[in-house]
Amino acid sequence: MNYVIVGNSVAAVGAIRAIRALDQQGNITVISREKHNAYGRPLISYLLGGLINEKRMSYLPDEFYSRHRINLLLNSEVIGVDTDSRKVKLVGGDTIAYDRLLLATGGDPFVPPIEGIADKDRIFTFTTWDDAAKLKVISQDINHAVVIGGGLIGLKAAEGLNLLNKSVTVIELADRVLSSAFDRPAGKIVARKMKANGIDVITEDTVVRIEGEGTEITGVTLKSGDFIPCDTVIVAIGVRPAAGFLKESNIEIKRGIVVDNTMATSAKDVFAAGDVAEAADFFSEQKNPMPIWPDAYIQGDIAGTAMAGGAKTYAGGLAMNSIEFFKVSTISMGITNPADPSEFEIHSFQDIQNYQYRKIVLKNNLLVGAVLVGNVDRAGIFSGLIKEKIDMKLFKESLLLPDFGFVNLSREIRDTLFSPLGKSVNKDIPAMATGH
Amino acid sequence: MLYKSVNESFNEFIVERKDTTCIRCKVCVRQCAYDVHRYIESEDCLTEDHTLCIGCRRCSALCPTGAISIHLNQEAFKKNESWSTAHIRNVYAQADSGGILLAAMGNPAKYPIYWDHLLLDASQVTNPSIDPLREPMELRTYLGKKPDNIEVVYDKTTGKPSLKTKLTPQLKLEYPFIFSAMSYGALNLNCHRAMAAAAEELGTIYNTGEGGLHKDLYRYGKNVIVQVASGRFGVSEQYLNAGVGIEIKIGQGAKPGIGGHLPGEKVDDQISETRMIPFGSDAISPAPHHDIYSIEDLRQLIYALKEATNYTKPVSVKIAAVHHIAAIASGVARAGADIITIDGFRGGTGAAPQVIRDNVGIPMELALAAVDSRLRDEGIRNQVSIVVGGGVRSSGDAIKAIALGADAINMGTSTLLAMGCTLCQRCYTGKCPWGITTNNPYLAKRVNPELAAEKLVNLVHAWGHEMKEILGGMGLNALESLRGNRYKLRAVGLSEKDMYLLGVMPAGE
Amino acid sequence: MKRIYSIEDACIGCHLCEIGCITEHSLSKDPVKAFMHEKERPISRCTVEELNGGITSLSTTCRHCDEPDCLQACISGAIQKDSEGVVRLDREQCVGCWSCVMACPYGAIQRNLASKKANKCDLCPDRETPACVDACPNRALVYREGSQK
Repeated sequence: MNYVIVGNSVAAVGAIRAIRALDQQGNITVISREKHNAYGRPLISYLLGGLINEKRMSYLPDEFYSRHRINLLLNSEVIGVDTDSRKVKLVGGDTIAYDRLLLATGGDPFVPPIEGIADKDRIFTFTTWDDAAKLKVISQDINHAVVIGGGLIGLKAAEGLNLLNKSVTVIELADRVLSSAFDRPAGKIVARKMKANGIDVITEDTVVRIEGEGTEITGVTLKSGDFIPCDTVIVAIGVRPAAGFLKESNIEIKRGIVVDNTMATSAKDVFAAGDVAEAADFFSEQKNPMPIWPDAYIQGDIAGTAMAGGAKTYAGGLAMNSIEFFKVSTISMGITNPADPSEFEIHSFQDIQNYQYRKIVLKNNLLVGAVLVGNVDRAGIFSGLIKEKIDMKLFKESLLLPDFGFVNLSREIRDTLFSPLGKSVNKDIPAMATGH
Repeated sequence: MLYKSVNESFNEFIVERKDTTCIRCKVCVRQCAYDVHRYIESEDCLTEDHTLCIGCRRCSALCPTGAISIHLNQEAFKKNESWSTAHIRNVYAQADSGGILLAAMGNPAKYPIYWDHLLLDASQVTNPSIDPLREPMELRTYLGKKPDNIEVVYDKTTGKPSLKTKLTPQLKLEYPFIFSAMSYGALNLNCHRAMAAAAEELGTIYNTGEGGLHKDLYRYGKNVIVQVASGRFGVSEQYLNAGVGIEIKIGQGAKPGIGGHLPGEKVDDQISETRMIPFGSDAISPAPHHDIYSIEDLRQLIYALKEATNYTKPVSVKIAAVHHIAAIASGVARAGADIITIDGFRGGTGAAPQVIRDNVGIPMELALAAVDSRLRDEGIRNQVSIVVGGGVRSSGDAIKAIALGADAINMGTSTLLAMGCTLCQRCYTGKCPWGITTNNPYLAKRVNPELAAEKLVNLVHAWGHEMKEILGGMGLNALESLRGNRYKLRAVGLSEKDMYLLGVMPAGE
Repeated sequence: MKRIYSIEDACIGCHLCEIGCITEHSLSKDPVKAFMHEKERPISRCTVEELNGGITSLSTTCRHCDEPDCLQACISGAIQKDSEGVVRLDREQCVGCWSCVMACPYGAIQRNLASKKANKCDLCPDRETPACVDACPNRALVYREGSQK
């Protein structure tokens, strides 16, 4: 059995482990257009900010590829898939045959056609190790950077530059930062913290022109007419599934590669996972790309299992993010900012001064989302309650408690969540669990 | 002490805390049921109110660094051979309260302990001793009425013998020990689970006490004696038939002549259901059974219970060891009891007036000897088995009791000790820090039934091993051979009269 | 694999499991030194939850899941499952992003804010039985073969 995996990040790793759990014999080939072994992609801001060195970028133990007997092709870009002849085409003309193919190419940063962008040197995106490395190399010459986009990537890039004592301006089209993953109060707290640390945040505005002579940047002009002087621009508007190379294939692609709940695409024996895939949402079951790290791992795991002949079912993508900005922890999960709040029940607690916020979103007595800022301890209990679809009718009040725990739920629920073997005190089981 | 009465300040214990090893983990604060320990946050230190300490040693036992020790208050009143510190304190307490002093557990006063004046025999030269690790040894005991004589018939074709005499029902014990009657309510359900499970594991019996049998424990029926006391709590046809035997409780060694009182605040939903009384109502056991004023009345109740259970269960009658115990026991035997349980004055209680506990009743050793002799003299010893309790502290005491004539031993205090009790004697407060005599759910968790059952099993196993060693040393291979065999006992330091009553010869004779 | 199971009915809320855990993960493994003298006090990997003044209490800790959510969420690769099944956290590799805290449905990963590292049960590699289990005076924690749920 020849397994071919295009992409070498977390979805690929999840798939490799899943395949090897079921199939020790098959050949696994991993093809990556990057030059690195799998690395912690979200760590690039830590690398830029000097919080970690290059050695710690590595996502896997050194022997991972050899232990799993992976044929690893780095610096190799796949430019097409022929599902009839079951081959992938590489730049340079080589082809590689597959019996099972996983497409896990991730996302490409989206760079809009802003006036003046084309001929400038110091325009960067911020999604890869190389992006961070390039920025780091020129960082000594940066005086003022503008970050276009106030989402997670933009803010982390801004924080990284700030840690290098660069002055940074973030420009966000929406009325607040982090508008997709977080709600208004959480965005406010983060913006407040950014500003307190010297990052300028401009909202409800956007860059219409990048100014400068030749390749040099002198500043950006905003829609409002304001001019922000700068020498570097980072475009962090978002990512799109990196599925462009499949145009010629007959694999169904909408925004991403459409997959079912085993991560199978429309083409036989071809699977997709991670940011490139368009899989079902946990709540709506509608399909949409969800660029979420843990979700990519899970999708990879499910795809790998299916490829090796096993059976696992995807429960649907649950968005969740944990990001720290200047030591303020923020975690969001699920539906945090419902479009129609009347269908939901929302409880919240906020103490903006102390960077504390907690919000709980329920629907039909089920927990569907949560935002935690500041005290995020044990946030995972909420993700468990969402995934397990526990009826929270009787426990809603306790969800906002700073020390919310399993003890606030009922005994029955605790037993279903982690029913211990040690129920020897339970009345249905003899007190003497062991003999003498 | 500020805001304390003078008398409260004459505290019994001193809590000593080594500041150098105290790690401020506050386990002591959480574990003390009497609020002795307090954490002072601003100073990051712990402090204690000695006047509240009852000396249970929960804190010192659980302190992870051994930073706490509990001492008797060495501060003394002027030495007085007549007025002990306890007497003085009691007077103070009653001058403060105007009430009866409550007490718990068995009589702790300095009366003679006859076990400590009796010694056992062993084989030398002329009769071989037996190694219990190599030879079979039997501790199995049957409780119940034994026939005057038996008739054996032989099968005509095979020649095999069989018993023609129909035996009355017997309780079969693999060890001559019973976890004695301590009611559900006085002890919590965790303790009852432990006793029931241990009895099952050991092949012996657990006595429910007068608080009924919790529905979860019906499945232990083969190892249960159900008790019927003057309050008749939890008694139903189903209850009477739930166990293998029934006990009518007339008296209790710790408080002969006194009834019982479980305060309403201890009667939670489970106890209410089990005792069949309203939630939160006081459970009062009258001093007498109001339908028993004579041996004939007792006989009526015994036979009523036998009728209710279709003569399938032996009936025990439990009486406290008091002055005319031999005559009373004879009456009980003649009333139709299958087992007489004698509770000595060192037997425990959850709550009793201290003056009663410390001054009423007689030692079980003397009572047992008197009853056994009397029943033999009257030729009715075989009609009843004798179970004794109240002050058996070891297998040595137990085997001496067997030699004095007991069939089996009730383990009360030793059962509690095995489950963690430190004999602080505050059972009546309902705040047992070891989680035994309390129904406070926070405290009751401290008895893990699984762990407590294991300890009970271990204790009985240990005592069983020791008894076999002693038996083997005497050249006996069955406990039955020692029963009532007072020839195997010798007395030291007892008066002629004591020895006469005990029916033992002096050591050296 | 062997796991730590928490028996709620037997938990007496003494927190000795936490004290055992902190001691075991200290430099000296001596409670007095760990609590009173060492510069950095470890954070307990087990958490005792209490309600109604301790009437309900239980100690929770890592279940060393078959498919650990924390591992899937970890962005740095600091969390790995070893060949024995133990879910291990490499402190050197951890960047303190708290993704594991977000993902663990048992709430069993703690934040060490001083070192900005996640903190989780390692089943006490230097001991035969984990410290929390040995420290429990009432056998509310047991260490035995069993499944995750």
